Amino acid sequence: MALIELRDVARVYQMGDVEVAALRGVSLDVERGEFVAVMGTSGSGKSTLMNLLGCLDRPSSGRYRLDGAEVSALSREELAFIRNRTLGFVFQSFNLLPRTSALENVELPLLYAGVPAAERRRRAQAALERVGLGARLDHTPSQLSGGQQQRVAIARALVGEPKLILADEPTGNLDTATSIEVMALLQELGRGGITVMLVTHETDIASYAARNIRMRDGRIIGDERRVPVQAAEQRA
Amino acid sequence: MNPLAILRTALRALARNRLRSFLTALGIIIGVAAVIAMVSIGEGAKAQVEQSFAAMGTNLLVVRSGSSQAGGVRGGFGSQPTLTWDDLAAIQQLSSVRYAAPELRSSASVMSEEQNWTTRVAGVTPDYLMIRNWRIARGQGLPDADSDSGAKVALLGQTVVEKLFGAYADPVGQSIRIRNVPFEVIGVLERKGQSGIGEDYDDTVLVPVRAYADRLQGGLKNYIAGMIYVSAALGVPTQRTERDLTELLRDRHRIGPGREDDFSVRNLEELASAREASTQTLTTLLAAIAAVSLLVGGIGVMNIMLVSVTERTREIGLRMAVGARPNDILLQFLVEALVLALVGGLIGVLLGVAIAQRLSAGFGWPLLIRLDVVLYAVLVSAAVGVGFGLYPARRAAQLDPIEALRYE
Repeated sequence: MALIELRDVARVYQMGDVEVAALRGVSLDVERGEFVAVMGTSGSGKSTLMNLLGCLDRPSSGRYRLDGAEVSALSREELAFIRNRTLGFVFQSFNLLPRTSALENVELPLLYAGVPAAERRRRAQAALERVGLGARLDHTPSQLSGGQQQRVAIARALVGEPKLILADEPTGNLDTATSIEVMALLQELGRGGITVMLVTHETDIASYAARNIRMRDGRIIGDERRVPVQAAEQRA
Repeated sequence: MNPLAILRTALRALARNRLRSFLTALGIIIGVAAVIAMVSIGEGAKAQVEQSFAAMGTNLLVVRSGSSQAGGVRGGFGSQPTLTWDDLAAIQQLSSVRYAAPELRSSASVMSEEQNWTTRVAGVTPDYLMIRNWRIARGQGLPDADSDSGAKVALLGQTVVEKLFGAYADPVGQSIRIRNVPFEVIGVLERKGQSGIGEDYDDTVLVPVRAYADRLQGGLKNYIAGMIYVSAALGVPTQRTERDLTELLRDRHRIGPGREDDFSVRNLEELASAREASTQTLTTLLAAIAAVSLLVGGIGVMNIMLVSVTERTREIGLRMAVGARPNDILLQFLVEALVLALVGGLIGVLLGVAIAQRLSAGFGWPLLIRLDVVLYAVLVSAAVGVGFGLYPARRAAQLDPIEALRYE
């Protein structure tokens, strides 16, 4: 059974009197452990797709099964629960809480999962060590570089042991060298069994993914598998 | 999310904006401090009124004899002696009466060895001291009415002591002459101060009632040429005592139905409660003004919370993305507002008590902090926090996570 099963998913926005179709019948299966890049110009529907996959939005029609459970008709509370237990997010602008230590930023998903304080701290620390920031637990975002901030965000995404990590232009605010570091980290997570879906409009970033999906006008127009470039080797 | 974690999250958010949190709480601080200080001012004023009435005597009623009528001219109350010593004895038997004592008084000149002074001389019984709250500062009290009420002894008020013997003298054992009749000073009364209308309570000499009637007044053996002070029995409303007295005296004086009393009963307790009622109005007014400032403080909390929700839209979006339910967000902002209001309320209580202390010291009033008002002020500030925090918190909880994450 695939981790993600989309069947004829459409999403229509009401803008005043006009209906705007952001997605027009998307069907897609993503297996566990896949590393997928979604590409497309702005307005192609890739952000809408990611919002739906991330359970931040609900489809206007069609079905979405995530990890075997139908999620297209769940309430806001139930979607919050799924986001907390099954998903991890990485954003272009990091979205870390200002004036808050790296450790506490990473603890945040566990706070809403009701994990006791001591275990929260232990797991957040382990996640930060995994992204190579074990020495910067008490640094606040303003004391970290952009690449380090994004690594804190990745630690926050994986601390809840999610099945799927959604990364929306994770390297959009980073220089090339730092981008490669971040991609290496995401590839490593993929090898650890976590499914990663990545939105990007840069082909060299997409080349790190084993599967590239192209979108245009709310439809999937290309879906190819390839041998990914290994970011860790590039770095060396 | 457990309550402790919610509280910690709220405290951190407030600590991130210390100055703003303080300024927001300031509205509540001033409001609560004003309520507590104002109520304590009102209570202090009330207590002072109560004190001045307590000096006059407690649960006090005054019975005077009737008015005379001679050739169409009607005298005032007391101009026609109608109360007898037997009336007094009967009054003392009433169950609704604790003490009853006569007061026969006139102005008289009093002489010591060196000085003379014209003052109020009153013939009274030991019960009179109880009724009027007179205490003995030095020496002893009046002899018992039955055994030796004719003894020529006197108790002096502090003012009289000063005028006749000097401020620091001890007159006990000395001899004075009242209307040229020699009396021995056996005691000095404790200082009482002024009455509500500025009369000096301490400018007085008390002597046994028999000695007064026999030596200083003369005539009128059976009638009381003065008034009877009555204090109501404990736990008995003075109105009931007043009614009992009226019934008893009408009966004893054989006054038929429909005819006017030949005496008057005045209830001083009622006077006291009227004065208290007016200071109570003052307290209520002050508290109402202070309550308005508390309300303004609450609106300040709402204003800042709304700003804070707008400012932290992305934070809210992120929290939702990592799994915060709408209720978690609602609670977080509600608890922030509640903490602001409660901390403000507690600081306000301390400030209010401090202000009340300074004011009561300044006015020479007793310091009266009403615990119920303190509790009420804290509860109201908590309610203000929840009440005015609810709207911003709901706005935060209802945000769409996608919109919130995109918010610039």
